[in-house]
Amino acid sequence: MKLKLASIALGAALAAGPALADLVFPDLSYRTGPYAAGGIPFSDGYQDYFTLVNERDGGIGGVPARVIECETGYNTEKGVECYEATKGEGALIYQPLSTGITYQLIPKVSADGIPLHTMGYGRTSAANGKVFEWVFNYPANYWNAASVAIKYLLDESGGDLGDKKIALLYHNSAYGKEPIRTLEGLSAKHGFDLTTIAVDHPGQEQKSQWLQIRRERPDYVIMWGWGVMNQVAIQEAANIRFPMENFIGNWWAGAEHDVTPAGMAADGYKALNMNRIADLPVFDDIRTYVADKGMAAGDGSNIGKVLYTRGMYAAMLAVEAAKTAQEIHGTPDITAAMMRDGMEALVMDAAKMEALGAPGIGPEFGVTCADHGGSGMGILQQWNAGEGKWVALTDYISPDDAIIDPLVEEDSMAFAAENGIDLRCD
Amino acid sequence: MTEFLYAVEVMINGLMAGVLYALVALGFVLIFKASGIFNYAQGVLALFAALTLVGLQEGQIPFAHLINAMFGTELHHFGWHLPALLAILLTVGVMILLAIAIERFILKHLVNQEPIILFMATIGLAYFLEGLGDIMWGSEIKTLDVGLPQGGSFWIEEKTAVLGGDGFYGFFIDKLDIVAALVAAVLVIGLTVFSQYSKQGRALRAVADDHQAALSVGISLRFIWVLVWSIAGFVALVAGIMWGAKSGVQFSLSLIALKALPVLMLGGFTSIPGAIVGGLIIGVGEKLFEFTVSSSWFGDAFGFTMSATENWFAYVLALIFLVFRPQGLFGEKIIERV
Repeated sequence: MKLKLASIALGAALAAGPALADLVFPDLSYRTGPYAAGGIPFSDGYQDYFTLVNERDGGIGGVPARVIECETGYNTEKGVECYEATKGEGALIYQPLSTGITYQLIPKVSADGIPLHTMGYGRTSAANGKVFEWVFNYPANYWNAASVAIKYLLDESGGDLGDKKIALLYHNSAYGKEPIRTLEGLSAKHGFDLTTIAVDHPGQEQKSQWLQIRRERPDYVIMWGWGVMNQVAIQEAANIRFPMENFIGNWWAGAEHDVTPAGMAADGYKALNMNRIADLPVFDDIRTYVADKGMAAGDGSNIGKVLYTRGMYAAMLAVEAAKTAQEIHGTPDITAAMMRDGMEALVMDAAKMEALGAPGIGPEFGVTCADHGGSGMGILQQWNAGEGKWVALTDYISPDDAIIDPLVEEDSMAFAAENGIDLRCD
Repeated sequence: MTEFLYAVEVMINGLMAGVLYALVALGFVLIFKASGIFNYAQGVLALFAALTLVGLQEGQIPFAHLINAMFGTELHHFGWHLPALLAILLTVGVMILLAIAIERFILKHLVNQEPIILFMATIGLAYFLEGLGDIMWGSEIKTLDVGLPQGGSFWIEEKTAVLGGDGFYGFFIDKLDIVAALVAAVLVIGLTVFSQYSKQGRALRAVADDHQAALSVGISLRFIWVLVWSIAGFVALVAGIMWGAKSGVQFSLSLIALKALPVLMLGGFTSIPGAIVGGLIIGVGEKLFEFTVSSSWFGDAFGFTMSATENWFAYVLALIFLVFRPQGLFGEKIIERV
């Protein structure tokens, strides 16, 4: 009898045709530990967008998206463990939100054939798709960010930085050191005097660094910080009465929680962003289809904030790449290799962002086989402490490709030579 | 002359930073002195105290996220904003309750165990408290507002600017650091008076000298442990307030314990004045070293400069002292006769 029932069940399953598997998007998040304040809103935005797509659109091309969350604590070893634990679930793409984890995953994803998307972080020279087949860092990378900051300062200074002193205050890690080469190149090109000042992890104590800034009186300070380093730096800048409008953080030093601990003293602080912060229609959808139904990843309080928007934007780019992959391969049930093809053919133009309910959320860009880095554009925003919100100061600014492209070429070719990688895209 | 004046400024700020390090180190010393336990959870105690202070002051409902997730409610705040002093007093109460719980659920069961067992128990306690703090109060960064002054002192800057030439802008001294120094001084005097002249303080010293002997004369080991963990909790609250005022209250606060380790190595694990003197030496030493090796004249002389040296140099400095005084500057010399 049991055998008969099993045969009937198997027959019914076969007759129903192949069921579409979920599209799996692992979320290597960090909701605990010293960097949780940044990890939580990003992860909330990332997950909520997939929930929205499932609830509102019935999934991606009719296939539900499934997010597998794995806590890394911003710890590289745990990040690698999370990767190993989730890749067997049919993972389509990884976005670890950590440069340290990214560096460890690059050889692994290349061997396993799973795309890695490091939006505005990770290994900058991965923008060269000829070398890095499985790694993408569109729409912008660290070197773009450094260049956009200098371009903005050039505009502010009437096109001449020749007599200016600029200090780079950076997290003493691989992440923090990323912009140094670019800034050195830009310093040689534009003639400004560059000072680099390191802050050790975690950055809770920065008295020496700010006394040095007070002594040397740079015209501008550019900050490459993350976590507590940002809050302490903004407070210390206020303490020495450094003009906030001359203090520019990169896009990982420009969230609400970076400025609020300093209160009104943070008023006027500037930061780069790869997203335009606004009350976008897509947030209304998230409130209606996700938060109001009690399905939000967090308590809904982060919706619309800087890092929530960025996490949601990361998910949006993943969904659009998956849709592109479905179109290319003519199947809704895509694999990681197909996802990579979709990422390599992704186009984000104004019309598409408008249609997604997120007009101007990011720069317009297109990805190609050779260019995995996008347009590299960023905006400058300024903190209005009185109203408690970021105000965009500029439209999207293009980076100085004449400086960045040779650096990307040099670094990626060195990586290719070290690892015996044959160049693609010819 | 200007360089010299800036070196003096760095030294003064080093002293101030040292006081903040000493505040963290004090908690370690108190517990080690009374029970021989190296309390790995001291940094997390500071975090937990600061989280509780802000939560109580802002009227945040504890465990709100958990309650809302379980019952679908929308609870967040009680709707009050407590005065800073009342919030601090309530937080001290919470830290005393925590000390009672630690004694009741952990230490009581580990009497006469090896120090390493007790140390490992505090590692577990650290992870537990970090998780508890997260569930109770949430992970977002909180602004600490207990009325502490912020920013450099204008008055000192103006009065001292005349000491140097055009390139000297007066001594920068953070008002928060001045407050921290005063608070630390009051704390040390209070703790010293308490341990020297009060009945409980003498009992605490007796337990520190010899558990068995103290028990034999009727001193309650359990009470002493609750007392010392309560005081350590209070010291952690003070450290949490001072550090939290700089960065907001966030989970990286627990990492301030890293700043206390070289101070303890240098000052000794059993001396309250040692924690202060150790903190001052580490603070001045690391700041002056950073000032020297990052300066342009050092670069001209040696062809390179260094930065972000403070984390490792503090340990180097402590190790140099240890070569000459293995027990630390103020630590008790252990003589074991066979």
